Amino acid sequence: MAVSKEAVKMREQAPEVRKKNFNEVPLGYSEEEALKEAERCLQCKNKPCVSGCPVSIEIPAFIKAIREKDFQKAIDIIHESDALPAVTGRVCPQEEQCQVKCVVGKVGEPVSIGRLERFVADWELSKRKNELNTNSQKPASNGRKVAIVGSGPAGVSCAADLAKMGYEVTVFEGFHMLGGVLVYGIPEFRLPKTIVKTEIDSLEKLGVRFVTNVLIGRALTIEELFELGYQAIFIGTGAGLPKFMNIPGENLNGVYSANEFLTRVNLMKAYLPDEYDTPVKHGRNVAVIGGGNVAMDAARTAIRLKAEHVYLIYRRTEKEMPARIEEVHHAKEEGIEFMTLCNPVKYIGDENGFVKEAIIQKMELGEPDESGRRSPVPIPGSEFTLTVDEVIVAIGTTPNPIIARTTKGLKFKKHGEIDADENGRTSIPGVFAGGDIVTGAATVVTAMGAGRKAAKAIDEYLKTK
Amino acid sequence: MFKIIEKYALGPKIQYALIEAPLIAKKAKAGQFVIVRGFEKGERIPLTIADYDREKGTITLVFQEAGKSTTKLGKMKAGEYLLDMLGPQGNPTEIEKFGNVVVIGGGIGIAPVYPLARALTEAGNEVTAIIGYRAKDYVFWEDKMKSVSSRLVVATNDGSYGKKGFVTDMLKEIIESKEKIDRVFAIGPAIMMKAVSDMTREAGIKTVVSLNSIMVCGMGMCGACRVSVGGKTLFTCMDGPDFDGHAVDFPELMKRLETYKGEEKACLEKYHKECADGSI
Repeated sequence: MAVSKEAVKMREQAPEVRKKNFNEVPLGYSEEEALKEAERCLQCKNKPCVSGCPVSIEIPAFIKAIREKDFQKAIDIIHESDALPAVTGRVCPQEEQCQVKCVVGKVGEPVSIGRLERFVADWELSKRKNELNTNSQKPASNGRKVAIVGSGPAGVSCAADLAKMGYEVTVFEGFHMLGGVLVYGIPEFRLPKTIVKTEIDSLEKLGVRFVTNVLIGRALTIEELFELGYQAIFIGTGAGLPKFMNIPGENLNGVYSANEFLTRVNLMKAYLPDEYDTPVKHGRNVAVIGGGNVAMDAARTAIRLKAEHVYLIYRRTEKEMPARIEEVHHAKEEGIEFMTLCNPVKYIGDENGFVKEAIIQKMELGEPDESGRRSPVPIPGSEFTLTVDEVIVAIGTTPNPIIARTTKGLKFKKHGEIDADENGRTSIPGVFAGGDIVTGAATVVTAMGAGRKAAKAIDEYLKTK
Repeated sequence: MFKIIEKYALGPKIQYALIEAPLIAKKAKAGQFVIVRGFEKGERIPLTIADYDREKGTITLVFQEAGKSTTKLGKMKAGEYLLDMLGPQGNPTEIEKFGNVVVIGGGIGIAPVYPLARALTEAGNEVTAIIGYRAKDYVFWEDKMKSVSSRLVVATNDGSYGKKGFVTDMLKEIIESKEKIDRVFAIGPAIMMKAVSDMTREAGIKTVVSLNSIMVCGMGMCGACRVSVGGKTLFTCMDGPDFDGHAVDFPELMKRLETYKGEEKACLEKYHKECADGSI
């Protein structure tokens, strides 16, 4: 049977509708659509797709189970490698991971692995919701305690694997809510928070204990965790410190880091001002600085907060943007105005200290830099003024220094990343690290992969101890 | 969940709360703060730790009812629970034997001055405390302050209690008396800390201030609390809250503190209206 060159599209909210709400944009596959898409998989013996997956999901096997309409089996296969399938099915850049390796992709569109993953994950979530008494899947305890620092993607993946092996796992989170970047960073319209909660709840059923409002490095140190009887510690604190450009006017009112803007909106729910108390500025003319996924999230959030103009200001061209193509496409559909080869050099405020103008300099592309991308070079005398009443700086984040400042003997790299090997081992025996705190800002699924590797290394370490 | 053990008003819109928080109490030091989210749908607000009891596992908070969050917190009673509390956050105040120190507290800033003065006294300093209130009705913790300082100067803006004038007027007298001052600490409204810093800069006395920036996370990930110090942008939550008063850009801080003035006013008015209609 000939395989269709075209993938089954996923239905989406129309741009004009969705830019006025915070509901999820892609609506998911129906069973019929999923079965049709699953038929496109060639079930390759050498499984190139699996090698592209940072957590090594047995992709052909779960797709085969979908074809057989055994959705439970499909989700069970995914769960063996992925603690948060409903999350990764939504936010993974599949086009550069599993799908880029898909053999079908050589002749047409690759199999929509992410959409299929989301389909079975959502099937299971809705099933779970309807079941009042889910059986506890808690494995027998081996009596050994492991502490996980941070409840983001790296931490929860590590926790899930260790819990399955029988360890008594406690996850410490500084915020009042679990999920890390999944709850403070990624907007509701890309990743509904109820999904994050349901996925994390299922870890509690595995026996993982979660402690919120405790920041390791302040309330307790790494050293004290050992004193409390934890035999190994995994640090997955992410890259949480926002970068600024250090240009004049950046501390004016109305200039946000993307982290602050998104935390106010996502975690504190400032988009529902009738119910929630945390305020956020609703700018009319908003400039978002940057070209990554976070910049797209911020821009698309600003348009949903009823901005008249949202300018996405990026110093290179669209080709060099690190954001997923899908996100760029969504942003454009929603009316985000792209200003590429542009860079702010200064912000000007009114008499009360609120930003009113951005001075933007035009750029051109020069020689490639260390990232391999052509570097932006300012064009002298090209400055122009843009009227703005809100600026969101989304030019990246660096590791949070709190663990570094409070942990003796832990080695760090140049930009504050923890120095850890590929299995997460750090300079302190029994202390492991993974995710953005080791690599610098990357994706949800790479962090999850690092968490899994560290779980394996922790198990090996404790078995030989 | 954090149980409120004791709770009462210290003065008009000034609230005292003793909270059960053993982990925080164990670590808390003078100068540190907590982030409180008292209830579902509420804001995360930074409050300075006004005292701690490591054995009983409690911390003391003193706060002013200003916006909706603090007004609602003010209505909570002993026996009720704060939903979330993170801490102790920020760097503890550097305490050593400086010699003659002057600690200055204005309004609710007097509460965190208390553990500071106590720590400075314990470290062997001669501590002069200047505490300033709006008027007699607002006076609190005078006895407590007396117990941790060698000399206590109480002032009210209107002269209804203690000396008449601002804390800076009292500081000026001491500076003019040519008494040797090795260090000044000031905690209170930004405008007060600015006035103190301006005065001590001229007199060449090193001054530490504790900033009350707007915060969301309190742990270095959002940057809401950024402040210019000596021309560099720093985060109050991670790099402070104590800073060299002579290097802080106070005009910028004061503008930043007003960022949500309009939103806060509207939110509080709505809350008062809801309370009045009985919908809450």
